[in-house]
Amino acid sequence: MKLYDQPAHVLHDMLVNKEITATELTQAVLARMDAVEDEVGAYLTQTRDTALQQAAQTDAKIARGEAIAFLEGIPGALKDNICTKGVKTTCASKILEHFVPPYNAAVVEKLQAANPVLLGKTNMDEFAMGGSTENSAYHPTHNPWNTECVPGGSSGGSAAAVAAGMAIWALGSDTGGSIRQPASFCGVVGMKPTYGRVSRYGLVAYASSLDQIGPLTRDVTDCAHLLNVIAGHDAMDSTSSAAAVPDYTKALVQDVKGLKIGLPKEYFVKGMDADVEKAIRTAIEQFRVLGAEIIDISLPHTEYAISTYYLIAPAEAATNLERYDGVSYGERIDGVDIMEMMTNTRTQKFGAEVKRRIMIGNYALSAGYYDAYYLKALKVRTLIQQDYAKAFETVDVIVAPTAPTPAFKIGSMISDPLQMYLQDVCTVPLNLAGLPGISVPCGYSNQHMPIGLQIIGKPLAEETLLRTAYTYEQSQSFHKEMAVLGGKQA
Amino acid sequence: MKVSKKDMENVAVLSRLSIPEAEAAQYTSQLDAFLAYVENLKSVPTDSVKPTTYALPVQNVFREDVVKPSLEREAALANAPLREDGYFKVPRILEE
Repeated sequence: MKLYDQPAHVLHDMLVNKEITATELTQAVLARMDAVEDEVGAYLTQTRDTALQQAAQTDAKIARGEAIAFLEGIPGALKDNICTKGVKTTCASKILEHFVPPYNAAVVEKLQAANPVLLGKTNMDEFAMGGSTENSAYHPTHNPWNTECVPGGSSGGSAAAVAAGMAIWALGSDTGGSIRQPASFCGVVGMKPTYGRVSRYGLVAYASSLDQIGPLTRDVTDCAHLLNVIAGHDAMDSTSSAAAVPDYTKALVQDVKGLKIGLPKEYFVKGMDADVEKAIRTAIEQFRVLGAEIIDISLPHTEYAISTYYLIAPAEAATNLERYDGVSYGERIDGVDIMEMMTNTRTQKFGAEVKRRIMIGNYALSAGYYDAYYLKALKVRTLIQQDYAKAFETVDVIVAPTAPTPAFKIGSMISDPLQMYLQDVCTVPLNLAGLPGISVPCGYSNQHMPIGLQIIGKPLAEETLLRTAYTYEQSQSFHKEMAVLGGKQA
Repeated sequence: MKVSKKDMENVAVLSRLSIPEAEAAQYTSQLDAFLAYVENLKSVPTDSVKPTTYALPVQNVFREDVVKPSLEREAALANAPLREDGYFKVPRILEE
């Protein structure tokens, strides 16, 4: 048995039963990184020394006979847009190449209270803008299932690290699908919680009304455990929900009898990959066998979701990214006056996709176009949200593909930004409506690339999502298969 | 084309970006293609629809106005590209 292939809940039990030490486990994952990171490129920063110190602390605690929390001694990784005090946080951008945050994100504080082993910061599309991790200013990340393919994005480094055995768990962020789509492409579990369920304090802002942090894990059980650690109200994020946090592991029950599952016809889009459609239809049949009731539903404004998202998110991004002006932090390229300094800095240090989105956003917000673009998008956002509210009057959850295709080849879409945006058709509507969604592995393409099933819930219905996902997961074995990398085996 | 090179350059100035001449045509055509794509929103009737800025109905989050410790000055300045006497230092702002 390879330790780096196991889910956190198995490893936790082994630590408690003294079958392994946290140091052995951490060394096994670090050795796996030595063996395959060159092929995958999941990390931007590795924190190996502190990782081994954290592991040693857990071992000392176990030796003293003290109880350990679930994540204690279990190695994981954080997307590089989550601020870590004293550890570089670049957002995969040249403009933050040397940025060392003076404070921790709220989720990092919560994690540290649970004493995990932190292995480092993972690669992403620059400022989380993209769906392939090719927009990283440093290097692309390769899909562990086929290194010629993208891992998805923007949390591609986190998903690839978990899929390749270079982290047992990871955190990502999801603005339009950036946790769920890479989870789908890499064959792992990824959840975007309800907007406000997890504090955004210390998450570098892309589109503030859509961003949400969430877990990427080997299975649904680990997802529930990780959500327990990171969920909850935070006074530092005034948009965070004050709703009480349940014990999400209580939702890990195999029971979907009588559960009403909505099947939205608009999510089976033209151009959808045949293998994806087949895998999703097979999963739906499985739910029927497990006792769920399948109900055809319509979400009629789905076809407008991409346009709506790609006006709102860039408008918010244009505003959020004004702070990178070479004044208080980040890089600076000098100029004769402040205007030239700012323009030089932003021109030389932002990548092409970031520039495109800032310009789209400023165009949509500018005088004369505001009503036609930005305000119009906010109104259609209301209609998209109402579609879901209406559907949830008759169903408990909605099931759909996570992405219309399996992972595509690196370089195959990068020259056509619009084509890349269309990849987000099944994921962006949830962010617009603030709803939770989870992607679980549900099969493979004929090239043996993973396919993800997306389960969508009502606001704050993470427990229903976890129960539905867990019941499905336990009825098959996709979550047990790991990517096989061609390189040196650890 | 709906978007001219001049439109693209205007929005670049608003964005504090400078698009080199060699890339101007590409940025212009990409912005144009994008705006053509989002035209589909025009067909959606929204006269009686209220805009949604945040998905959840959270409004007016108040707290007591109490003094709490904040970031130390040294930590706040630690990432500054240029600093002097406890301040961020920037190039000339006013004309001489």
